[in-house]
Formats: sequence, C-alpha cells, structure tokens
Amino acid sequence: MGETSRRPQQLNRKPEEDVGPPVVEIRNLWTKFGKTVVHQDLNLEIYAGEILSIVGGSGTGKTVLLRQMLGLETPTRGCVRVFGEDISEAGPEQLQRMRNHWGMLFQQGALYSALTVFDNIALPMRELRALPEDVIRDAVLLKMDMVGLGAEHANKMPADLSGGMTKRAALARALALEPRLLFLDEPTAGLDPDASDAFVTLIHALHRELKLTVVMVTHDLDTLFALSSRIAVLAEKHVLAVGPSRDVLRVNHPFIKQFFLGGRGTRALEVLDERDEERDEDRDDAEEEEPKE
Amino acid sequence: MQIENTPTLTIEHSAGGAAQSVMASGIWQVHVLSQKGLLKGINRTFTSLKKKAELEWDLTGVASIDHIGAQLFWNAWGKKRPPRLVLDPRQEELFARIEQASRHTLPRTKTSPLNWIIVLGAGLLSFFEHLHGFIELIGRLVQDLGRFIRRPNTGPWREISANIYHAGFQALGITALVGFLIGVVLSYLSAQQLSQFGGDIYLVNILGMSVIRELGPLLAAILVAGRSGSSITAQLGVMKVTEELDAMLVMGISHGFRLIMPKVVALAISMPLLVVWTDAMALIGGMASAKLELGLSFRYFLQKLPDAVPLVNYIIGLLKGMTFGMLIALVSCHFGLRIKPNTESLGRGTTTSVVTAITVVILADAVFAIIFSGVGF
Repeated sequence: MGETSRRPQQLNRKPEEDVGPPVVEIRNLWTKFGKTVVHQDLNLEIYAGEILSIVGGSGTGKTVLLRQMLGLETPTRGCVRVFGEDISEAGPEQLQRMRNHWGMLFQQGALYSALTVFDNIALPMRELRALPEDVIRDAVLLKMDMVGLGAEHANKMPADLSGGMTKRAALARALALEPRLLFLDEPTAGLDPDASDAFVTLIHALHRELKLTVVMVTHDLDTLFALSSRIAVLAEKHVLAVGPSRDVLRVNHPFIKQFFLGGRGTRALEVLDERDEERDEDRDDAEEEEPKE
Repeated sequence: MQIENTPTLTIEHSAGGAAQSVMASGIWQVHVLSQKGLLKGINRTFTSLKKKAELEWDLTGVASIDHIGAQLFWNAWGKKRPPRLVLDPRQEELFARIEQASRHTLPRTKTSPLNWIIVLGAGLLSFFEHLHGFIELIGRLVQDLGRFIRRPNTGPWREISANIYHAGFQALGITALVGFLIGVVLSYLSAQQLSQFGGDIYLVNILGMSVIRELGPLLAAILVAGRSGSSITAQLGVMKVTEELDAMLVMGISHGFRLIMPKVVALAISMPLLVVWTDAMALIGGMASAKLELGLSFRYFLQKLPDAVPLVNYIIGLLKGMTFGMLIALVSCHFGLRIKPNTESLGRGTTTSVVTAITVVILADAVFAIIFSGVGF
C-alpha cells in the first residue's frame, strides 16, 4: 500500500475557526499484540473544544487507542502527544501534571467500590493535599449538582447505584479537577434509551459550560450523531476518514456505508437531520426516538 | 509558574481608610492553587478580611478561574454574594452555578447515644444468622452427598479430582517444609530437657505422640486453611461478583452439588493424606535432630516408634485430618457465598474465612481431645 493511502482522508479538517495547536496528536502509531497488527501508521489530531468520536468495528483497537492517549498502554512505534508533550517520554512528574488536566470516564464507571459516592468524587481533590476539607465538601456537592446527582446520593456506596447514576458519579469524579480534556469510553453503553438520552444531553451541556475537549469511543450511533463535532472512523488498521459526521457519511467506502447506512444508521441519521435544523440552538432531547436494540 | 499568574489578592485602602477594596488577579485554578504553601497564604488573607463588612471585591483582574477557585471566594464570603462585587460575565455564570449548588447539603447520618446496643445486637443477630447459614449448608451437603451416593456415575468427579490436585498435591511442598522444621525444633527442645535427667530414650514417645496425634493434623489443617480456604472463599466471592453463581442457577446447576460438595469431598480425601505426609516429614526432621543432638540412631527410633505410639493414635490423627478438611471447606464456602459485590467485602470475607476456619479447626481439635481422652495411651 502506498504511503499516501495511509493518511486519513481529511474532510474539512478544522471545523470552525482557527483552533490552535492540537490537544492530542497521534503520529505514525503502530500497535502490535504478538504478531497481530492492530494499528498501522495511524495518524489523528484532536483540537481544543471539539467532541471527537472514534468509531469502528469490534477489534479495531478503539479502546486501545484511548488507553494509549491516557498513557495506560505504550504503542509499539510512533508517538502520542497530549498537550504537546510526548506521553511515552514524559517523566513521572510531567505525566502527573498531564493527568491532572484530563479526566476519564470508564465504561463501567470504575468507581472505587469501597468508598462512598462522595469520597469517590472527593478523592482526586484530596490527593492534591492542599485544599481545605470544607472547600472539598462544597466542591463535591457542586460537581454532583453539575452532573445531576442529588445530594441525597452522596453517602451511598457505588454498589447501591443504578447504571445511569454510576455513570453520573463517575463523570463527576472525572470532572473533579476541572480537566480540559475528557475521555469517554462508551458513555451510553448499558443505559436504557431514556437514561442514555439524558446522559448525552448532560455531556453536551457540560461540554459547553466547561469548554471541554472531549474524546469519545462509542458504538451507539444515536450518541455519536447527537454529540460529535467530528468523527474518526477506524478501519483497516488506520483512520479511514475523519471529519464532521455529514462529510464522513459521504465517503465512499464499504465499511462506512455498512456501518452508518444500515437500518440502525438510517434511523440515527434522522436525529442528525433534526440537529442540523436546530444548530446554534439548545438541543432538546424530548422527542421520541427509536429505542435501541 | 510566572509571577503574574500567581493568584493574588491586592487590598487597596481608600482615602478615608475605612472602606477597602480587594482586587484579585492571577490564575485561580485548582492546579495553581494546589501548589505548595500558596493556599495557606491566601486563606490567611481571607481570614483577615472576614471581619471587614464594607469590602468591595473586584475579580475582573483574574486571568482565569475554575469552580474550585470560585468556591474559595464563595466560602470566604460566608456563602453569600458580598454587596459590592464586580465580576465579568463568565465569572457571573460560575458563581451562579456555585450559588445554586450551595443550596444542597449533605444528608446527616444520625448516631444515637445508645449506638453500642445496636452494634451489640447487630453482632449477635449476625452471629445467629451465620450459624443458621452454616447449618443450612451442612444440611444441603448431606442431601448432595446422598444424591452422589445414589447415582455416583453422574457425580462431579472431574471437579473432585481438580480440587484434590489443588488442595492436596500442590500443598505437598509447603506442608513438607513446615512439618520438617517443626519436627527439628520439637525434637531439639525435648532432647535438651530430657538429657538433663537421662531420659533420652523417651524422646521417641514425646515426639511420636505429639506429632502423630496432635501436631501433624493441626499443622496440615492450618496450612490448608490458609492456602485452600482463602482461595475457595475468593473464588466463590468473585463468581458471586461476576454473577457466575446466578448463571449456574439459571442453567439449573446446583451450587451445592457442583461447587461445594466437590470441595468438601476433595478436602476430606486429601487432608488425611496430607496428615500422613506431614507426620512423616515431622518425624524425619525429629529423627535427624535426635541423631545430631542425642546420637539416637534412625534404626532405634523407627523400632521404638510402634511401641511408644499405639496405632489408634494414628487413626485418631487421620480422623482429625478428615474432619478438619471438611470443616475448612465448609467454612470457606460459607463465607465465599456471603461476599457482596465490592472489593472491600471480598478482602474482608477472605480474612474472616481464614480466621474462622483456623478457629473452628482448633475448637474441633479440643473436642477430639475430650472425646478421645481415654484412648490410645
């Protein structure tokens, strides 16, 4: 395969105005597990203030890519820069500083099961060992308010929470230190359609309020079209196409056709149409949507 | 961090000297604020300003501020907006959010002065609940054993064999090591005492009796409780957490028949064998030590052993081994099935399981001592 074909098709690369240097920059990344090549010469850039969704079939290494951006896994070759610094070469102190600037929402929430919801959210703030306890207490209540979690849930254990509430609590914990960059791994997986819609609205609102950059891995087309400002399609071991959802859909590639324009995709696209109509406005998710399978 | 980015509070005195204004500047973000010593100075300034009511606050000089920075101001203002406050629109939004959130309060957990009675009662109830659960477990085991005996060809042979391998064969190394060392130590100590009044030849009696009747079974049981007991509890606990136990029930596979009974049977078979092994190792250790310390030959030791220790002691030892094995398996299963789906419960359950198993083994040993007090001497 030629060198040029490995570059993702850049469709209208910078979405709106000039957004400055990329927050996350992935250059010529290779990932191998034994002899299996998962990523081959993968390139991707994520800019400040956007919501970039990574989609792709099972086993295309979406979650692995996310973990590499977080420094949880090291790529075989190539580099991942976050906030302009190479993750694999960052020292422990640099890495810690970066970690304080990003938040991660794990698929299952990954709340510490031995701690109450309150202590879970307070943990990152307490780890700084600088903030007084009364400020932490109020800040935790604020975060809980932001994610729509009532104060009456503060003393509950994670095991006593429903799926939606676990995600909210985990989101509050991810937001505890006011990150600039938020990673979401399957944010709506395992939620019922109502809870899923509510969570999408919440992320949308928080993205605007906190001026976050969001990187999201998702399978759920409804979530994908409702949230993303750009979509990166992972297939054939690299980023097949990256750009606003409309443009990605126009790419003529069997995988993209099959992934987006199947039955479920068409239904989800209706959401996209609605969103286009009410761009610049506050999105309201009150309308009925097809329940997911 | 550059100087101009440091969060600072500048206090300005008006001409009259009475009214003051406070200008904030710099970056009021959590990452900057959490730098060493910074917050202490800021808090000191805030406290000194607290008494002065007629202050004007000007935050327009702040380069950037996040929720935690804003919360610091809010708390310094006594959780209300000061009458004279200058904010830019972005900060307005931030403080509006904080004002909204400050209406929430944490729910209080009430503690009554008679709490100790509640704790005592709960402890007592939980004890009876455990007792009830344990008896139920034994009842179910008897039923499962009955089913197994009636139709042995449908029994969980593979599970039993796997459990014998894990709990028995894999424990040979550690029981041999510990048994040998205890044999050496016991023989060495006794030999020193006995040689004082010329009773060297009684070493065989002391060593043989204590190892075969008491120490062998107990040592093996304590090691197995630590090794296999903890692993059984953790295994069942994780299966509970990952809903594997429920999946088995849904398929109509009974926990008792496929998980608990094989473990009990396997330990009932492998524990007596481990007792034989531990006894042998402890006696070899004792023999080696006796040879070095007292010059007793191996041949003399082995010839004297059957006379010194009647055979019934050996059988009591094996019986103990079997009982201990079953008790360990039952206790570990009991606690394993009670683990709740969180990490803390798993850790605590495993600890409790091992401690209880060892305690139960020693209690059972005492019962054996009473029952067989007139046998084997």
